[in-house]
Amino acid sequence: MTTTTTPPETAREAPPETRASDNAVVKGAGRVVDFVDQRITASNWLKRNIRKVFPDHWSFLLGEIALFSLILIILSGVFLTLWFKPSMAHITYEGAYIPLRGVGLSEAYASTLELSFEVRGGLLMRQVHHWATLVFIAAMSAHMLRIFFTGAFRKPRELNWLVGLSLLVLGITNGFTGYSLPDDLLSGTGLRIIEGGMLAIPVVGTYLSFFIFGGEYPGDDIISRLYPIHILLVPGLILALVALHLMLLWYQKHTQYPGAGKSDRNVVGYPFFPVYVAKAGGFQFIVWGFIFLMAATIQINPVWFWGPYDPSQVTAGTQPDWYVGFLDGALRVMPAWGIDILGHELALSVLIPAVILPGLILTPLALYPWIEQKVTGDTREHHVLDRPRNMPVRTGLGVGFIVFYILLWIAGGNDFFATILEIPVNWISRFLQFSIILGPPLAFWVTKRICLGLQRRDREKVLHGRESGIIVVSPDGEFSERHQPLEHGDAYALTAHDRIEPIEPGPATDASGVPNPAYKKERRRARLSRFYFGDVIQKPTREEMEQAHHNGHGELESGAHEEHPGDQVTTR
Amino acid sequence: MSTQDEDAKRLTGELEKTPADHPEQAGEVERQAPDGDPIPDPGLHDPGPRLTEIDTRAAKRAERQVAGMFTLASVFIVASIVAYVIFGIDGGEEGVDIGDVQVSNFALGITLGMAMLLIGVGAVQWARALMTSPEFAEKRKPLRSSDDVRESALASFDTGAAETGFGRRKMIRNSLLGALALLPLPAIVLLRDLGPTPGNAKEHTVWAEGVRLLTDVTFEPIRAADLEIGQLVNVMPATYEELPDHGPERINERAKSPVMLIRMLPEEINAAAGRENWHVDGIVAYSKICTHVGCPISLYERTTHHMLCPCHQSTFDLANNGEVIFGPATRALPQLPIAVDSEGFLVAQSDFTEPVGPSYWEREA
Repeated sequence: MTTTTTPPETAREAPPETRASDNAVVKGAGRVVDFVDQRITASNWLKRNIRKVFPDHWSFLLGEIALFSLILIILSGVFLTLWFKPSMAHITYEGAYIPLRGVGLSEAYASTLELSFEVRGGLLMRQVHHWATLVFIAAMSAHMLRIFFTGAFRKPRELNWLVGLSLLVLGITNGFTGYSLPDDLLSGTGLRIIEGGMLAIPVVGTYLSFFIFGGEYPGDDIISRLYPIHILLVPGLILALVALHLMLLWYQKHTQYPGAGKSDRNVVGYPFFPVYVAKAGGFQFIVWGFIFLMAATIQINPVWFWGPYDPSQVTAGTQPDWYVGFLDGALRVMPAWGIDILGHELALSVLIPAVILPGLILTPLALYPWIEQKVTGDTREHHVLDRPRNMPVRTGLGVGFIVFYILLWIAGGNDFFATILEIPVNWISRFLQFSIILGPPLAFWVTKRICLGLQRRDREKVLHGRESGIIVVSPDGEFSERHQPLEHGDAYALTAHDRIEPIEPGPATDASGVPNPAYKKERRRARLSRFYFGDVIQKPTREEMEQAHHNGHGELESGAHEEHPGDQVTTR
Repeated sequence: MSTQDEDAKRLTGELEKTPADHPEQAGEVERQAPDGDPIPDPGLHDPGPRLTEIDTRAAKRAERQVAGMFTLASVFIVASIVAYVIFGIDGGEEGVDIGDVQVSNFALGITLGMAMLLIGVGAVQWARALMTSPEFAEKRKPLRSSDDVRESALASFDTGAAETGFGRRKMIRNSLLGALALLPLPAIVLLRDLGPTPGNAKEHTVWAEGVRLLTDVTFEPIRAADLEIGQLVNVMPATYEELPDHGPERINERAKSPVMLIRMLPEEINAAAGRENWHVDGIVAYSKICTHVGCPISLYERTTHHMLCPCHQSTFDLANNGEVIFGPATRALPQLPIAVDSEGFLVAQSDFTEPVGPSYWEREA
């Protein structure tokens, strides 16, 4: 092996007094490796992997937060199962919480009260479990946005994009099933809304509801049915997919941001052992520590305060967990549409937000890597991340989606906003009905313009350097600002992305006038390509760089031609 | 002037760019700028040694920091056990004191949280300040297998497939596919007993002719004179009180039968045809279960007779047959026809004349 493929073990060696070989711990580890190696050839794998390189960037921590909060969810969840009784059997409460003594309620609710009031650390673990879930889903969402905006989903990582999306869906599902288990007033209200959504499904909806609830709503089966789903089925799927997610990540090696020395053919960073064992291992405890501090200081879901579930009661102004908010918001602002199909009732006002909308969000998200591949026609491997500004349309689409999501989320708290803004809730709903349609395209357009502006600035910086703030007067009285050239590495990072130009369709007919059968398809693709890349500001070419330097200062200020992005391609 | 020239040359790639003092990185700079790319790759930048590598005092300081954090973590761990023991929550016969629970929760959470935080920050600081690992580059191999490997893999598959005769022996193939296609059916059939079929269960409640309206919670019968104008009373049918505590029937009726009784001036009621005698002196009875997704409705505005569902803000006009005036609900609130029995108590004239609660497919539109 050459020096380029092996990590430079000799590059900066540890001082001799701390050489590993005489250390007792290392000797012990050696014996373990020896034992395992003689059975499964472990050294071969270790040799290749123990010094595996991982790039460093704060945004790569988002996925780690998700992973570590998941581990904490599982540990705290196991603690909770030791006391929780998933039963809707009706009992008379005789526990430690005086206000509910003598009240008839379910065993599930009573055991949740027991966990909170009769088990030391039980309330803490309940709050850790709940907070860790909110952090888990938030971290997964932020991680997914990072992946989207930097193009990390591109080949060869499309599969891991799908695995990640499935994890997000499973995480939300399990969060909701867990929310329903304590059988308090809020959890029951959540289930009631889910059941209403189920009923809106044509043909099979009523049957689905009767099978899931064991008869009419709410019955006395649902909690013992959700329990194995919550603690076994979905967590099992999540763990399996997390394992797959990490194996793919490990095998394909991590992506990296553009910069000096970084390319699609290498990965630059620090060795897994010891740097990431210490950093990621430490970060796990930091995440756990933060969640424990939250659980210690911020109360979450005080179930004793809501009381046991009673289908005829509801408390105003309560909100679901944050990740369900957008669906609840969609239910709130959907116009009251309903149609009659051959004497059957189809409640579109429920069906669309509760059933169709999640599908409308998830399908394009799942397919996006392939959609973009279709537009670019790019089948190469990508390991260097995009800076979001260099893909203005993708970034615009992402921000448009975020705006759509946030507006739905605001709708989920429209009563809350009505209270703090002191305006009628109806106005907020009406306003949101319009802005949910108009907001995302506007956000797309604004984001795209901002990206193009940032690209223009990058181009300026590469061509003429950054503004120094120093004004120079030439002998003939001309004022100009001196520009300082960029560091070589910085200039490289600004120009390391691909120069992508829109595809042109071939001619409609060939030379002898025979129509090209694929012309319509080509034209469609060209149109899409123009939508994505038609007004991208290209990085300067080598000739433009030279020209900029030959022309000197006079040229620096007369950058009028920069206003016509179309020119730049033709100068090549 | 000369430095500017040099910078210009550097940017256009005329200058040599190999960092000669870092031989392990020199091999990485083999990448040439592709055609048209203005800036060649300058190669990995070596930030040089850490402060702790050249300054032993800085190294000692960092070592003390890290060890200090780990030690402090131990202190917090012990403190958490002490907190567990001394902050009890058992209130005995008096029941629990929420304050005790909060103190225990706070003490346990802070000590454990701080312990973990310190272990974590200590480990990260150790890696950042003291671990001597340099940044380096590892080559990526293309993920695609080489052509001959792909070909031989495919050939192996072809050989295996040929050995089974899968393509040739159509009878075996089709019968196997048929059996496998049928296999999921029992999995679905076995789930059949999860619940009964709906039947007409959703069309009925325990309301019926002559069933008294009882105040919710206290289950007292109600006389028309008990209600003042503008007053709202939640009621349940007398038949509900007789349902057993155990089993699903009671809670299922709780989700279907709740009714709101509101009194308004009789002339304010704009009754639809056929509903003129459904009220008793301005007392109207409406289902409490929202027709949107089934939340119990609870917010009444007595001057407008508007009833708002707190879940999704569907708003119903109770003076006008429960029509929807705002929000996502598509159907009016079902009204319960009421009358007065021989003893002067309010009773239902019949069950609801339509299913209560959310819309569903089998419901007649």
